[in-house]
Amino acid sequence: MPALIVVAVIVVLLIISVIGVYNALIRLRNQVDNSWSQIDVQLKRRHDLIPNLVETAKGYMKHERETFEAITNARSQAMGAKTVSEASKAEGALGETLSRFMLVVENYPDLKANQNFLAVQEELTSTENKISFARQSYNDQVLFFNNKIQMFPSNIVANMFNFGKRDFFELESAAEREVPKVSFS
Amino acid sequence: MTLMAAVLLLLGFFIGLGFFGPQGGFFGLVIALTIWLVLMLISLSQGDAILLAASKAKPVTHDVHPQLFNVVEEMKIAAGLPAMPKIYIINDPAPNAFATGRNPQTASVAVTAGLLGRLNRDELQGVIAHEISHILHRDILFVTLAGIMLGSIVLLSHIFLRGMFYSSMTGSRRRYSAGGAGGGQAQLIMLIVAIAAAILAPLMAYLLYFALSRRREYLADAGAARLTRYPEGLASALEKIASDKSPQLTTVNKITAPMYIVNPFKKKRQRKLSDLTSTHPPISERVKILRNMTGGASFKDYSDSYSEVTHTKTVIPPTALTKEDVALREASAQIKKKERLEKQFRQVGDIMRRVNGFVFLTCVCGLKLKIPPNFKANKVRCPRCHKTLPLSA
Repeated sequence: MPALIVVAVIVVLLIISVIGVYNALIRLRNQVDNSWSQIDVQLKRRHDLIPNLVETAKGYMKHERETFEAITNARSQAMGAKTVSEASKAEGALGETLSRFMLVVENYPDLKANQNFLAVQEELTSTENKISFARQSYNDQVLFFNNKIQMFPSNIVANMFNFGKRDFFELESAAEREVPKVSFS
Repeated sequence: MTLMAAVLLLLGFFIGLGFFGPQGGFFGLVIALTIWLVLMLISLSQGDAILLAASKAKPVTHDVHPQLFNVVEEMKIAAGLPAMPKIYIINDPAPNAFATGRNPQTASVAVTAGLLGRLNRDELQGVIAHEISHILHRDILFVTLAGIMLGSIVLLSHIFLRGMFYSSMTGSRRRYSAGGAGGGQAQLIMLIVAIAAAILAPLMAYLLYFALSRRREYLADAGAARLTRYPEGLASALEKIASDKSPQLTTVNKITAPMYIVNPFKKKRQRKLSDLTSTHPPISERVKILRNMTGGASFKDYSDSYSEVTHTKTVIPPTALTKEDVALREASAQIKKKERLEKQFRQVGDIMRRVNGFVFLTCVCGLKLKIPPNFKANKVRCPRCHKTLPLSA
């Protein structure tokens, strides 16, 4: 009889700890999803800002058709990306095109004095920063989550309920890996 | 924090012993706790609204100062705060900033106009990151609780010493004479101990409080470096703030002082050494630590740099010292022109006017008219081209 009670207590304790680990994993996964949606919001915002930027700059930069085309192409490619790794690649390329564009802008002092352009520029700088900060926080969360589902004992629960590893969000080009910087003024 | 609580409770205990006899220790404890609780309830229920009102902070939105708003949002994302902090501007030329709010959900950040006028984007980011770190570490609650404890200790010993003074003046005998001759002697010893405690406890509490405040400043600096991945931003902001010559902030009090990025009380001379009676570590030391972080931007890197610069044990709690690979980022290109700074100053002036209800009007001749809110007529004459302009709304 006492043995039965001991077994019952152990089983109950096991079930409770499994529930605890399961809930912790769910919470972590939600945090990862939440950080991803933060990146997503900012990437979308960058896509929205680009037409505005091109429109403002066009009047001043008559001879830069290729640059504008490159930006527009990169933007539509980034918008069409499906998976995380695809998106990383396309967004990295878009970031690079934008920073090249900002270098070209240096040659147009009139444009740099335009109030509307300055406003778009500030928004774009900030969006670039927000993307990199959101990525920073997303990668931190992913690292934490991946560690959790690979380490004992939470890996047992993770396997039982099929928690899969998540991808890091890395930008593809070497230049961009340091910091996605579009820096002006 | 726990040390301060111990000081408070011990003080209450000894005063109780000295005042009410051998059984009074517990009674003294209860009094100490009650004072602490009452003060805490008052300050927690009053909240940050009073503080913000007292410093004449005006709320700002994205339209008023897009850059400030954006920088705060960037740091909010980096720190993973659950909600966007409310942003305020204080119309004061002294460059400073502070954060309030008991928890990350209801936090606010306030900066002075002087700060906005002087710093570039990276430096502003560093300062905001420092404030967001205060919010993230719940330093506001922490320091407020410690401040209240300090207040209780000071209040309690003050009441006790006053009580002693008056009762000895009137020469009244107290209840403790009932204990008999031997008891009276023990009582006398207790009384002396209580007086000593009442004199020493506030001093100790002050030192503990300042040490706590300084530790939280270092921690917020470390947090700022980690959030921005760019310690140089905060370092050069601190340098600019330190070299500023404008008079000290007009609206500060001692309780809120630990929440500012730099000590809002200006001293006659800048002290170099770590000062036991200051809420903030010396700026030169903070800058040196930040500049010394060459390996990375994690708490561990800050802690290593701290030990190297100060030759003392780290102030960062061991739980934060996990090994992580946090690369520094490069500076964004900045134009360092005097003209730019002047323009920035003028813009900040305009922002303050907009916050205060000024109307802006551009005349056809290109002159920008700034009309105060108490201007009642519905027409205004341009001082340059003498054209009459209609004032809508």
